[in-house]
Amino acid sequence: MLQADGLAAIRGDRLIFRDISFTLAPGEALAVRGPNGAGKSTLLRLLAGLLRPAAGKLLWQGEDALGDPPRHARRIAYIGHQDAVKPGFTAAENLRFAARLSGGSIAGALAALDLVALADLPVRLFSAGQKRRLALARLALSAAPLWLLDEPTNGLDETAAARLGRLLAAHRTSGGVVVAASHLGLPLGRANELVLG
Amino acid sequence: MVIALIGRELGIALVHGADTLAALLFFLVVTSLFPLAVGPSPAVLGRLAPGVVWVAALLAALLPLERLFGADYEDGSLDQLLLSGLSPLAVAAGKAAAHWLLTGLPLLLAAGPIAIMLRIEPGRLPALLAALLPGTLCLSLIGSAGAALVLGARRGAILLPLLVLPLAVPVLIFGTAAAETDQPRADLLLLAALLALALPLCPLAAGASLSAAAE
Repeated sequence: MLQADGLAAIRGDRLIFRDISFTLAPGEALAVRGPNGAGKSTLLRLLAGLLRPAAGKLLWQGEDALGDPPRHARRIAYIGHQDAVKPGFTAAENLRFAARLSGGSIAGALAALDLVALADLPVRLFSAGQKRRLALARLALSAAPLWLLDEPTNGLDETAAARLGRLLAAHRTSGGVVVAASHLGLPLGRANELVLG
Repeated sequence: MVIALIGRELGIALVHGADTLAALLFFLVVTSLFPLAVGPSPAVLGRLAPGVVWVAALLAALLPLERLFGADYEDGSLDQLLLSGLSPLAVAAGKAAAHWLLTGLPLLLAAGPIAIMLRIEPGRLPALLAALLPGTLCLSLIGSAGAALVLGARRGAILLPLLVLPLAVPVLIFGTAAAETDQPRADLLLLAALLALALPLCPLAAGASLSAAAE
């Protein structure tokens, strides 16, 4: 489904990584590990099409994935290391734009990450972990087959990490693919592993 | 989907009401300073009115530009917008449209009463407003391209006016000229030509800048 072939990334004048190759079939997951600065975020941005690879190819079902970035974008749900939430908006308002694009239900997404009680609260009152959960609620809205997660468990408590784990398991059961980067453990279950740095 | 983006921008502007009103209040305050500075003589004020309205509108339109993409760039929302399935060009066009709705349109509505306060010759008022319509649209387009270009640059806030103001000079020249002649048709057509030029080029430049900034 997703195939990386000899990917390399250069930022500034520095080679971040080279010769990254992997193949993911529907239902499979890839855990990207490595120390700080090893290029985990860079790899995810590259897979998202935000960054052009210096070498190598990314294939989606055998076709070049990065040739048409907006089309590739519709295939993915990307959660960066930043939460991308607006402090002045309530939790529900923060999800409105993503919901209009994907057609998902805001109430369902909030429920998936146990945020229903906080739905009408402005996000500036949220804790770091609650903001992270709101960012992850975008996953529950999305119908995209490829999830790209950058340090998804940052700031999450054990209960929330378990909820994320159930969300990821459900996504994989329905044939989705997950690529997640973390220097800590991930609630992924069985997953392929890629070590950078 | 661009409509959804514009709706999102208007929603954010509604929550941050003070930021949204700042440009309009700036315009009202600056134009009100002129009668105090040059005196209330109708002959002097009326002669200055089109230029004062135009320069004040130009400067006021600059105020929200730094946050136009800057806020989304800092909190990671820009990545989400670029991955929303919209092309970078469409994101840039939606942002420019939101800037005009939130800044250009209020300035256009305030310009009439302000010009009358500045004792503009009544016959010149329609030409001034007719020129401000394409003029403010041009400013939103040029401004959004400039705002996207300085994204991620150090001292972007200082760079932005230095980049945008020279590009806005043709708009200013034809815009004020339209309100200072008895035959404004030629100047209005030239403004429309500038708009026709900016409409495809500015979102294209802004979109390319957004992609580069996200790298």
